[in-house]
Parts: sequence; structure tokens; C-alpha cells
Amino acid sequence: MREAEIHDIEVQVFLEALRLRHGYDFTHYARASIKRRLEGLVKDMGHQNLSEIIPLLLREHDMLPKVLGSMSVPVTEMFRDPQIFKALREKVLPMLSTYPRVNIWQAGCATGEEVYSLAILLKEEGLYDKTSIYATDINDSAIARAEEGIVSQKCMEVYSRNYLAAGGKGALSDYYHARYNFVKLDETLKKNIVFAHHNVVADGVFCETHLLLCRNLLIYFSKDLQDQVLRLFYDSLVRGGFLCLGSRESIRFSSIADEFTPVDETLRIFRCCPRLEKR
Amino acid sequence: MGRFDAVVIGCSVGGLKALQAVLDPLPEDFPLPILVAAHSAPDSGGILPGVLGAHCRLAVAEAKEKKETRPGHVYLAPPNYHLLVENNRTLSLSVDPRVKYSRPSIDVLFLSAAAAFGTRLIGILLTGANSDGAVGLKEIRDEGGVCIVQDPLTAKAKTMPQSALDIGVADHVVALEDIPDVLESFVEKGNG
Repeated sequence: MREAEIHDIEVQVFLEALRLRHGYDFTHYARASIKRRLEGLVKDMGHQNLSEIIPLLLREHDMLPKVLGSMSVPVTEMFRDPQIFKALREKVLPMLSTYPRVNIWQAGCATGEEVYSLAILLKEEGLYDKTSIYATDINDSAIARAEEGIVSQKCMEVYSRNYLAAGGKGALSDYYHARYNFVKLDETLKKNIVFAHHNVVADGVFCETHLLLCRNLLIYFSKDLQDQVLRLFYDSLVRGGFLCLGSRESIRFSSIADEFTPVDETLRIFRCCPRLEKR
Repeated sequence: MGRFDAVVIGCSVGGLKALQAVLDPLPEDFPLPILVAAHSAPDSGGILPGVLGAHCRLAVAEAKEKKETRPGHVYLAPPNYHLLVENNRTLSLSVDPRVKYSRPSIDVLFLSAAAAFGTRLIGILLTGANSDGAVGLKEIRDEGGVCIVQDPLTAKAKTMPQSALDIGVADHVVALEDIPDVLESFVEKGNG
């Protein structure tokens, strides 16, 4: 048997152990990336093979956060893909401003850079005070970091550039205080943000959403799982609500494709079509 | 059935010209899919498929997730995404951390392709200014595939092909202009 095939078996057994022992089901994730992440875990823990970690996964209490941390690698930046934030500012927020209250759900918020970007956008467009933002992830340590609102100083040059390209009305430095090599984002940005643990694969709808952002999470799922999660998003969105996906993600081949019309097809911003049966 | 099922190509600095030199001479009935990871600026907006497609007889497109790989098609990793191949030979994308400062990373593509295609893979490493790709090429070789490295003397940036030579993973070191012929000879040999 080829080494790669043995490796595949290890991954499969590991994912089954994780599912049966801890209730986290990664078996419908795209396998190639999962394999890479698990290789990272093996290396970090100083082991040779994934098989060596399976007993620990079953018996050691502190293994789960470590595993979840390595399987949902948080990669994000402030105003990442600035043209999307520009489109949200120009095309989506004006529509949301007609609602008396606005709920925004960012699914898979990772360490929170995007959710703070969104908060800045809402402040500048005068919507912040009537908005609740729910920022969720399965990675608790990422959520804890998101709540801290501390970002490395060396990233700020890129973030500032992104902010301006996203149509920023002031300077990004209006929203943070620099201390040593880190910046602390303005506490008031957090006032209406709720950070919470939520697993889009297993957990249900928890609010009526007017804008749902989930960027670059669906690419990690199998086609069936993508469909299941998109259906969850559809159930959460109000009639006329907006869905924003990653720039290489699509709803075209999903079972909810007909329920949405594109606001901006290239930027993957869609609107839930008004339909009679939808609330 | 031929000896090979797919070709993967990696390149960085000087990669556009090198890719054109490799792809342009290939016939439109080239029997394998070609997967490419070329380092590019994150905000370059995916212009590469259009530029490459202009003179190439193969169908060149940006790789889409879940797509099946088809013969005679060239799939390019989108800017700022890693491109991977699943064992069922469909394509995947990821925004996982940069590898060797790069996303897309050549190693990421090569490692996943080595697992998916095993002995039935041809890996080609072209010009570039860092060592991304060498580890992936080694994996292709370990899994029984064939590795072609551009002769650094013909490369705009030598570091990338040289790193592969340094760890001794090249089955064939080939001048840029000869790579298409070598590639075709492999394919014909396999099919004969």
C-alpha cells in the first residue's frame, strides 16, 4: 500500500474518533485541506503519525481545544477584499438602513478582523446603534482573541490601505490605540457585537438575519455539506436579506440557488428573493 | 490508457513567459489535465487565465472548487487561494496560511496531487525566486511520479529550480524551450 493511502486511513479513523468521542463531525469537509491541517497538528505535538494522536484524542481531556484550534485555522484580515466592503457600504447598508433594527451574522468569524471592519463600516454609515452583530465560530480560542480586539501593529499598514480602498471616511487609526507592537481596537466597536460559539455544521438558526456574511468557509465543505449550510443560512435570512460569500464561492449549484438574486455576482453578494412562502 | 493522469506545474518570478513557453506548443488534444500554481499578487484579480489562454490551444481557466479535472484543460490557482486536488480528482481551494510566503503555494498543490495521482503524475518546476515547490516535488517523486525541473541556466530566477536540484529530486533537468517536447514524449510513450 502506498504511504499516501495509509495516511488517508489514519485521517479517516481520526475523524471518526473525533466525531464519536466529541461530537464534532469533520467527515464532510474537503479532505485535502483537512489532511494538511492534521499534519500541522502532528508536527506541533512532536509526533510522527496521526495514529499516535488518536489515543490522546479519546482519553485526554485537554485535547479537543487543541484539535479544534488546528482544524479551523483562522486566517483573516481587516477589510480583506476591500471592494466587497465598498459594495456593502454602497449597495447593502443603504437598504438595511430602512429597517428599524438590523441583525448581522458573521459565520466563521475567526479572530474577528472582519467583524470589526464591519462595525467600522456601520459606524461610518450611521447604522451601528440599531444593529446587533453576531460573530460566531467553532474555534473558542479564536473567539477569545476576537473579543480582545488586539491586532499586531505590523498588519496595520495593509489594513489601513484596505480601509481606504473600501471607501473609509477617516483614517483607520481613528479606531485604535497603538501600544508597543500591538494595537487595541476601539472598545466602542464591540458594544453591539456578540461573540459566540456556533457550529454551522451542527447547530441551528438562532436569529432573524438581515445580512449574513460567511466568507471562505464553504470552500472547505463537501458539496452536500455546502448545500446543508446554505439552507441554514436561507432559513436564518429575512425576506430581502443579504448573503455575502467568499469571492470563489457559489450558490449556483445549490438547492437554494433560485431563492436568491445577485446584487453583485462577481463579489458574491446575493439577496434573498421576495417569495410568498417566505416570512 | 496512458502511463500518466495529470501534470502539475509551479512557477513564480518570470513564470508568465515560462508558462507560455511550456503551454503554447502543446496540441489541443493533449490528453492530460494541467494544474498550475503560479505566485501572483493577492489583488491581481485573476488576469492570468486570459493572458495565457490568448495563445494556447488548451482550454485555460481559473480553477473552481469541486470541478472535475479534464484532459486538455489548464486549471490555474486563483490569486490568494491555495489550489489542491482531492483523491477523487476534483479541485479544492483554501485560504489556509501562506506556505513559503506564498498563496497559492506550489508545495500545497504538489503534495495534494502526489497523494491523489501517485505514480500517474508529472510535476514540473519552473523559474522562481524562492524554494516553494521543492518539498512538493520530492513528494511526487516519493509517490512514484516523474519530476521535471527547468534548467536553472534557462530560468529568469534560478532559486526555485535550483532548490529542487539541491535536494536531488529532478528526474529530468530540461531547458525551458525543450520542456513541451519532453512532456509530449512522456505522454506518447505512455500511450504507445
